[in-house]
Amino acid sequence: MSIDSEVDHDTVPPANKGLLAVAGVLLALPMIALLWVSSYSRKDPELWGFPFFIWYQFLWVFLCSAMTYTAYRLVLRARPHRPMSDDRTRTERDGGVR
Amino acid sequence: MSTLVPAATGTGGVNGVALTVLILLFALVTGMGFWATRWRRADSMESLDEWGLGGRRFGTWVTWFLLGGDLYTAYTFVAVPAAMFALGAVSGFFAVPYTIVLYPIIFIFMARLWSVSHRHGYVTPADFVKGRYGSRGLALAVSITGILATMPYIALQLVGIQAVLEVAGVGGSNALAKDLPLFIAFALLAAYTYSSGLRAPAVIAFVKDALIYLVIIVAVIYLPSKVGGWDSVFSAAEAKMAKPNPVTGKPTGAYIPNAQQYWAYATLAFGSALALFMYPHSITATLSSSSRNTIRRNASILPAYSFVLGLLALLGWVAIAAGTKPIGLDGKPNAQLVIPQLFEDMFPSWFAGVAFAAVAIGALVPAAIMSIAAANTFTRNIYRDFLKPNATHAQEAKVGKLVSLLVKAFALIFVLTLDKQNAINFQLLGGIWILQTFPAIVFGLYTRWFHRWALLVGWAVGMVYGTVTAYNVINPATKGHFGGSLEMIPTIGKMGYIGMTAFVINLVIAAVLSFVLNAMKVAPGHDETIKGDYFADAGDPRVEKNVALDAHLTTGTP
Repeated sequence: MSIDSEVDHDTVPPANKGLLAVAGVLLALPMIALLWVSSYSRKDPELWGFPFFIWYQFLWVFLCSAMTYTAYRLVLRARPHRPMSDDRTRTERDGGVR
Repeated sequence: MSTLVPAATGTGGVNGVALTVLILLFALVTGMGFWATRWRRADSMESLDEWGLGGRRFGTWVTWFLLGGDLYTAYTFVAVPAAMFALGAVSGFFAVPYTIVLYPIIFIFMARLWSVSHRHGYVTPADFVKGRYGSRGLALAVSITGILATMPYIALQLVGIQAVLEVAGVGGSNALAKDLPLFIAFALLAAYTYSSGLRAPAVIAFVKDALIYLVIIVAVIYLPSKVGGWDSVFSAAEAKMAKPNPVTGKPTGAYIPNAQQYWAYATLAFGSALALFMYPHSITATLSSSSRNTIRRNASILPAYSFVLGLLALLGWVAIAAGTKPIGLDGKPNAQLVIPQLFEDMFPSWFAGVAFAAVAIGALVPAAIMSIAAANTFTRNIYRDFLKPNATHAQEAKVGKLVSLLVKAFALIFVLTLDKQNAINFQLLGGIWILQTFPAIVFGLYTRWFHRWALLVGWAVGMVYGTVTAYNVINPATKGHFGGSLEMIPTIGKMGYIGMTAFVINLVIAAVLSFVLNAMKVAPGHDETIKGDYFADAGDPRVEKNVALDAHLTTGTP
């Protein structure tokens, strides 16, 4: 907090690029899996009478949820919040416009 | 819709018990809606931040209920199983991958939109576009698209309530008696939305979601056992979908998508997912959350609703096995009635009443949020930007409240006077249209490379292409226009979602023109945001104090 005045806020806060990339992969996987329709448009193997097509997509509800939550933890760690200072341009930008 | 027909030809007359339960639950949420104005009470409701965003202080769980209540609308509950019942998996079950891929997508960009909106006091996506590109024209395009796409969506919530009332047997022998219940329901909704703003749907969402979860869980456990288990449900669905349609000679629908339908299934899912969070009502519910991370945490718990939606979709196939005959009060078959009819046929009447209430109350939450969002958009991006630039916060709140009434009145007139099919057609178009605002909003969160005029031209071409193509889809049975949301994808030669094709065309045009305009050094417009704005969180300067900073505006002379 003490170095706030030294930070240029017109920059992207620093981040661990590796962790961000892992999070990106976790977010991309559900999209790829579900848009690749030919990989699951089948009847077999059935599970409790449900066709594969149906239960596989239900399964992805849980996988996607877990992956998104993991990505959330990773992103929090990868880019810690950089507190913003009351930048001097504020009055000039805000002045009566709102 | 107001045809003079004797009630209860196909639905077995008024279901007294079910109707009583429905009315009691409806009265309960009406009371809650009026009470909501006291909930997390603000010092003053006289600003759009308070009325239209609930003071921007909803935490993870309130946001979860609110977004769930907002996104999974009554129309969804009626239309998705109806599509499964009538046409099968491609038209119906795509809703499941759609609402799964949705959450990684919004995880990626919604936190940025939250941050920049809170730093600059943006209430609508068009506010952001104006601030980012310094272009009132582009902001106007985004706001008009938002309003146009939202209006028919509100009207469809009424169609959802109508479906329930019709099956419950409400509908006298004249137009007045038939439409009166709908009129009363909407008048009450309008009244408490006017007084409580976004707090009303936030409170009602708790009841709505609890009822929906209860009804669906009971339905998927109880109903299949009554029709011989899931095995017979799936074999009945497979048999129906394979049977040739008497008019076209082609199979009735898709049990499992075949190789010709992969693109359709995938583009419907992906295109709808990209579009959903461009609707003003989704963004309103997101911006009302109290911190940047609320929406990210929600992205991992909102899929609970996707699971329920998938189960609900399967109820369309349960109805096939159960031999449900959805016949309207006018004596004609109407697939949209299949879920209420299934509930009435199979449940004891008191629980049918609970199920009807779940759908009807399910219509109120989205209708309220949509009308608030449309009102916010009109107030900020048309009233303030073009009509009265010096409007105070109190004036903005007043205009917002009035517009929310107007929007609902318009939706009511729309549904009561025009054919329901119009609302459905426009909603289909609305999805295609709203997707065309994606480049300006989402790419704008990351880069200023896209030029404001290039985005505007791309948007315009996407809108025209999407509208014309959708108009030219002919329904094979009725020969009417707007026969569906699928058309041949140029160069790929498979059927795909029109909105997605329009989006790609929009994107290519925006990219090529941006390249040219940037090379010609055409003025890019003033950007009032800085990079750090996109990472701001609660507690940062200006993020929490928006209202307080402008106290003089709030209390100023009107």
